[in-house]
Amino acid sequence: MGRKILLEHIDVPGINTYEVYRSKGGYASVEKALKTMSPQEVVEEVKKSGLRGRGGAGFPTGMKWSFLAKPEGVPSYLVCNADESEPGTFKDRYLMEHLPHLLVEGMITSSYALGANTSYIYIRGEYFYLVRILEKAIAEAYANGWLGKNILGTNYSLDLYVHPGAGAYICGEETALLESLEGKRGNPRIKPPFPAIAGLYGCPTVVNNVETIAAVVPIINMTGDEYAKIGIGRSAGTKLISASGHIKKPGVYEIEMGITVEDFIYSDEYCGGILNDKKLKAVVAGGSSVPILPADLILTTANGEKRLMSYESLADGGFATGTMLGSGGFIVMDESTSIVQNLHTFARFYHHESCGQCSPCREGTGWMEKIIHKILKGHGTLEDIDLLWDIQRKIEGNTICPLGDAAAWPVASAIRHFRQEFEDFVKNPSAQREVKYYFHCNNIDTAAAYSSL
Amino acid sequence: MAKITIDGIQIEVPDGTTILNAARMIGPDVAPPTMCYYSKLKTSGGYCRTCLVEVTAGSEKDPRPMPKLVASCRTTVMDGMIVANNTSAKVKDARAGVVEFLLLNHPLDCPVCDQAGECHLQDLSYDHGNYKTRTDFERRTFEKIDIGEKIQLHMTRCILCYRCVKTAEQITDGRVHGVLNRGDHAEISTYIEEAIDNDFSGNVIDVCPVGALTDKTFRFKSRVWFTKPVDANRNCENERCSGKVVLWYQGEEVLRVTGRKDQWGEVEEFICNTCRFDKKQTSDWTIEGPRKINRHSVISANHYMNLVKPKELKLNDIKQITE
Repeated sequence: MGRKILLEHIDVPGINTYEVYRSKGGYASVEKALKTMSPQEVVEEVKKSGLRGRGGAGFPTGMKWSFLAKPEGVPSYLVCNADESEPGTFKDRYLMEHLPHLLVEGMITSSYALGANTSYIYIRGEYFYLVRILEKAIAEAYANGWLGKNILGTNYSLDLYVHPGAGAYICGEETALLESLEGKRGNPRIKPPFPAIAGLYGCPTVVNNVETIAAVVPIINMTGDEYAKIGIGRSAGTKLISASGHIKKPGVYEIEMGITVEDFIYSDEYCGGILNDKKLKAVVAGGSSVPILPADLILTTANGEKRLMSYESLADGGFATGTMLGSGGFIVMDESTSIVQNLHTFARFYHHESCGQCSPCREGTGWMEKIIHKILKGHGTLEDIDLLWDIQRKIEGNTICPLGDAAAWPVASAIRHFRQEFEDFVKNPSAQREVKYYFHCNNIDTAAAYSSL
Repeated sequence: MAKITIDGIQIEVPDGTTILNAARMIGPDVAPPTMCYYSKLKTSGGYCRTCLVEVTAGSEKDPRPMPKLVASCRTTVMDGMIVANNTSAKVKDARAGVVEFLLLNHPLDCPVCDQAGECHLQDLSYDHGNYKTRTDFERRTFEKIDIGEKIQLHMTRCILCYRCVKTAEQITDGRVHGVLNRGDHAEISTYIEEAIDNDFSGNVIDVCPVGALTDKTFRFKSRVWFTKPVDANRNCENERCSGKVVLWYQGEEVLRVTGRKDQWGEVEEFICNTCRFDKKQTSDWTIEGPRKINRHSVISANHYMNLVKPKELKLNDIKQITE
């Protein structure tokens, strides 16, 4: 049984209420941090833990915190990025729904470390029901003296607000999130300056993912050195993985980093194998934007080593034979899946969500979607595949924010690893149409899926 | 002061200068093209990605190259920075890509567009674009929106450079238009059809790099290269208006009035709507003289300014050349 840290008490009934959460040792990190540690010590502890950003990029959190500018007379802010919109990722929803107090506790401890007296949780518009859950948790925290003026009798004060977005994927990008939080159109800002220098309302700001902030709680409780021992190498700690697709047991799993991908897919503790015991075809390992990998490359690296669930191992081989851990949206596809159809779904999403600010992404995402649609409908040519490759190459790296890259990578990897399938669609469209390809649940035996749970 | 090398040419510029402005100081052969950056407008630039350059050495202290191409209009120089613009194959490739993206949904109706001849997109695609299009999809079109008596908005031609939005925000009193929707459905609009009407609103026509915002009083009157530009000024009663304009003549008639544009196509000083739309008599103005236009510009096609009469060749000279 893998070690659970964030989801340790997830099965306790009523853990979403303050009383039960407190009885299970909740808010101990706040007590420890505020009473025995200085803010700088908390930052040092997080640095020692080796915690890396859980939102996708994997940037060391302690280092990000130490970049925060601290000019005199200017407030600094902590913003929690709960705008989880990456297709395939639903870990933050799970965490906030069942353990709202863990996030609130993490916010208090982290805000203390950063010297922020006002903090925000920017939550995705579609998670409207979670706003009520979080607001209830915050109200309980206020009532019990964990938020407000002079927390625990110290001279540290904190106000915590929940701000729902309006449902744009782009507002998960940290600077677009800040624009949206300020009440403006959610366009990403041009960097530099980075939010650590000029973020929310022009003040120094740290933006962290929900899971990152939640992980601060066990780090303070067990000390950073202890936390660093969990996991493997520079991928310290545990990670929440949202497993979905053609597997027997979809859901959110907390894994200790360093288990093999094979274990994760096939062991009964986690995904439980491929649905209906079909063959594995491909895996998108970290949410829709990371490169898709075929079965052989996701299970073993190009050097023949077993691939592990960690930042380094998944990225082994660069984009030629590797992928990224990303936000942990683990989408498994069995042999009946059409990669072209799947890619069309992704491309349509990025076309719809592009903010329209910079030209490569605005025009390129739509163009790619149209070409993939054309190929899918049997009107494509072999030149279209090369054109698609050329378009993604001209988008990648040339945009203001990473949405352009996120739109380009799935296209690049699908062509890189599954070019044959594109050519089949071009050369023999009628035969391709007869094959029952569905990415949606039409041909999944749902009764069998549920009975195996 | 920071020393920076662009395409092998070294120049010393004040700290805080952007790479683009440093390149402009060297000259037009080195300066990257721009579609959205406008030196007179704060926070403009960074959107169109035509000014991408490769930084092959970050600075004296940290000579590592930057991993991605950077937007030169928003990146400040560092001492010892080495930049490749026209000499970089990567930059040329990316720029060709950007031009292709900008033209993807552009109607290319230059033959009937009033901007033709002074259109930045035309120049850009001439310099960096392909001869052929690679798309056969239907182009995106928009319904025309009425934004008042004087200004025509033709959204289909727009490349979303945000210049007009920033002009309205920074030059005029109160912005009533902005960008609606997102992605490739994004459009410049006034939301509920409302006239853009204030003293300086006409400047959005001048800052528009394409034919999306044009002067209704000039529409379809003439091609720009058939008109003769003349510098003129008047004592404008509006304090914020410079009164320094260019009159575009056809025969005796003033067809339109615009601000004076520098060699980068940017207005030197903004002018008010009275000067632009209502003063179309020669008697309203003090004439300074013919406007100098770059002789490579199509606008100078019918002018005899700046032309050098070819040397008459003697028979012996011709022999020398042919030998």
